[in-house]
Amino acid sequence: MSETLPRNNIFKVIGASSLGTLIEWYDFYIFGSLAVIIGHQLFPEDAGASALINTLAIFAAGFIVRPFGALVFGRLGDLIGRKYTFLLTLVLMGGSTFCIGLIPSYKSIGYAAPILVLLLRLIQGLALGGEYGGAATYVAEHAPHNKRGFFTSWIQTTATLGLFLSLGIIVITKNILGAETFGNWGWRIPFLLSIVLVVVSIYIRMKMHESPLFSKLKAEGNVSKNPLKESFNNKANFKMVLLALFGATMGQGVIWYTGQFYAQSFLENTCKLDFNDSRYILLWGIAFATPFFVVFGAWSDKVGRKWIMLSGMLLGILFYRPIYQIFLDDTDYTKIEQADILSAAPAPITSVLIANSTDSLRTASTKVMLKNGASFNRVQTDTVSATKGILLGKEIIKDKVLPASVFWKFVGLIFFQILLVTMVYGPIAAFLVELFPTKIRYTSMSLPYHIGNGVFGGLVPFIATLIASFSGATPLSGLWYPIGIAALSLLIGAIYLSNKKDENIND
Amino acid sequence: MNTLKKFLGLVWMVLGPLTMAFLFIQAIDKVGLTHTDIERTNTILQWAIILFIFLPISLGLMIFGFYAWKGEYNHLPDSSEEL
Repeated sequence: MSETLPRNNIFKVIGASSLGTLIEWYDFYIFGSLAVIIGHQLFPEDAGASALINTLAIFAAGFIVRPFGALVFGRLGDLIGRKYTFLLTLVLMGGSTFCIGLIPSYKSIGYAAPILVLLLRLIQGLALGGEYGGAATYVAEHAPHNKRGFFTSWIQTTATLGLFLSLGIIVITKNILGAETFGNWGWRIPFLLSIVLVVVSIYIRMKMHESPLFSKLKAEGNVSKNPLKESFNNKANFKMVLLALFGATMGQGVIWYTGQFYAQSFLENTCKLDFNDSRYILLWGIAFATPFFVVFGAWSDKVGRKWIMLSGMLLGILFYRPIYQIFLDDTDYTKIEQADILSAAPAPITSVLIANSTDSLRTASTKVMLKNGASFNRVQTDTVSATKGILLGKEIIKDKVLPASVFWKFVGLIFFQILLVTMVYGPIAAFLVELFPTKIRYTSMSLPYHIGNGVFGGLVPFIATLIASFSGATPLSGLWYPIGIAALSLLIGAIYLSNKKDENIND
Repeated sequence: MNTLKKFLGLVWMVLGPLTMAFLFIQAIDKVGLTHTDIERTNTILQWAIILFIFLPISLGLMIFGFYAWKGEYNHLPDSSEEL
């Protein structure tokens, strides 16, 4: 049935599916892209690094529930159809994102703020867990067998484009409002904007038809009565779920989230790059690399899915540490010579009283411009105590703006990491769709995908930041988590996975 | 290759409990380091999340190893009709 679908119709199917999925990814990622600002809003002002870790934990909670969303909505999708299920997930995602934009800050409602955001974040995770499997299945079931990788790769671009859209809207909003207004309330705009995007997407999706393979199953009365039971009680199927998880999606997930999320977190929080600079670097990297999802998806139709995905993992294992070492070395401004400095302009000293205390925090900041075009802020915060005198704080160099040559070098390094993402992620939808039969496909493929991406991948920024905060750890220690997981997945995938393509998914 | 798949199954079966033990030891060690009287630096919740998520996955790795040891992956289905 899918073989005879006209070419313009398949692109309509891809367009309508991709737009909704892109918006869901946008909704899901704005939280991560604003983690530092949200951390300040949801937790006490003096919470410091633990505010970021707790915010990343809330961010991670959304990932953790994705497999549960996959089970709940996957079951629905195999019972009532693909179309209505991912329409429902879109409504849930848009509604919860909009509500996050309305949550009062910690100052207004105390710890109710992070708890409410956590609940909404859980709904987001459940919705996303149901969305992706539906969209990938829907497109694959419309696609001809010799172009399944090519057509599903368009769905694969949506996750990265969703991140691109979220970063773009954040940067534009911040530049229009200014940093202070954006930090106070402007950060809510990207969340509130989501409702407009979702309404447009719902309108488009309402016009879509049900998947031809699912309609055929339904007409023949072969729809699964209990997809969960058939997926996981059937040993032959369950062993494929485990193989897909450990041999493919686990490694793919950590490569995805290291290249795009941990990279941004590392540049912003470890290298202390300027807010805009770190996002511009990622935006350029994504823009250059995104077409390669389609390149590798199409190539996998010719040479098979397995070795393209595993090569991406291998390159990540080999090159992550050298790449992140370059990030550190090129942003180390502690050994700047006096001759390199163009100007140093001290800002007025500010003093803030510490709550419930007579002590105050005195902050001195100097804006330093270098001759090569770089700049940074040198900040020192001392505690002025009525009883203990002045306790000198440690000098911090932050808000680093890179010289043009280093900026483009970083864009190249991010591009390379996202290229690896396109290798592991471009072919994986077709790979998963071909692994499972139609009547339990939505349920079966969603679970390994969301454990691999949501749990192993989504936890990369959180676990890597946690590891790097251990005593004795170096800034690169966090990378052992994605490297170790990718190495295990590469080994299992190389030995156990088959490179064959299942031409007939109409079963 | 099938012999390698089979014997590596033993490695995955051992790796599952080893991962569980490693996570428990790390959790006890790292939670013990924090000042539990200061709520904001407490990492109990963070480690509880990690254990809650990764323990079932470690169990899944053991089952995967068991299937590999039993030769379940010696022949992978050529089409989903075989599932």
